[in-house]
Amino acid sequence: MEAVVFFIAAAAAIASAVAVVAQRNPFVSALALLGNLVSLAVLMLLLEAQFVAAAQIIVYAGAIMVMFLFVIAYVGPRGEIGPGDRRPWQTVLAIVAGALIAVQILVVVLTTDFGQATSVDDAFGSPAAVGEAFVTKYVLAFEVVSIVLFMAAVAGVLYGAGARPRRLTTDEVVAQEQRSAEERRREASQAALRAVRDQEGGAS
Amino acid sequence: MTSVGLPVYLGLSAILMTIGLIGVLLRRSPLTTLLSLEVMLNSVNLTLVAFARQVGGTDGQVFALVVMGIAAAEVVVGLGLVVAMTRREMVLDTDELRTLRG
Repeated sequence: MEAVVFFIAAAAAIASAVAVVAQRNPFVSALALLGNLVSLAVLMLLLEAQFVAAAQIIVYAGAIMVMFLFVIAYVGPRGEIGPGDRRPWQTVLAIVAGALIAVQILVVVLTTDFGQATSVDDAFGSPAAVGEAFVTKYVLAFEVVSIVLFMAAVAGVLYGAGARPRRLTTDEVVAQEQRSAEERRREASQAALRAVRDQEGGAS
Repeated sequence: MTSVGLPVYLGLSAILMTIGLIGVLLRRSPLTTLLSLEVMLNSVNLTLVAFARQVGGTDGQVFALVVMGIAAAEVVVGLGLVVAMTRREMVLDTDELRTLRG
């Protein structure tokens, strides 16, 4: 039973990861990543990490993906650059390099004896257990992550809002309109004057 | 982890990591590059959780949560850059960003 769930989730994870990389439309890519995240959460549940699986769904599939989808919608069709638009030798080199790394890791992993998994009780991976580790042993990492997140939020706002062209005030817009209307009127009267003069010149 | 052993999880994680790496190397759109980076980070999360289950400690799970926080920070900065590029009417193509190239 466990093996069946594992292989279904693993196949879904690999298929959705390929879709993320191969899709032309970034919107479809983001939705494929959503599928990838959910299947990984299933695998984490199989590994008895309930809290991490829940955080994966809530934080990743909820918050981060919504941010992604907002930006993809904001950017619109300009974000679409298809796969395979590198030069052909670059594509081949990238796939060869990736395959080499995969073979390397797989050889190491499959030839190492990791021994038997330790048996764990029901409290393993519960929010209580993870939370306790967070506020005792890893309290420094916890605080550092919160500061990094805060700094990243400030940096993101500054990047996104920095280079905005200045908006005209209402007075400036009205002044501009009046100026252009006056110019149009002057041009029209000059053109009429010219036409009358041309006619007079032709007649004499 | 009774019927499926640790090496299988690690192998799956390696495959996902490779797919994400190929995406980062192959795609020129910064949005898709960021999405591929997310795939890579998630494969590392799977590795951490699998090792935590093998060893029987919560340390790996704590680090998986830390990686999630760092991934959120990375996405905020990356998407902020994409929004800034869009506002300056630049082409969303990482090959075109060559001002700093030596």
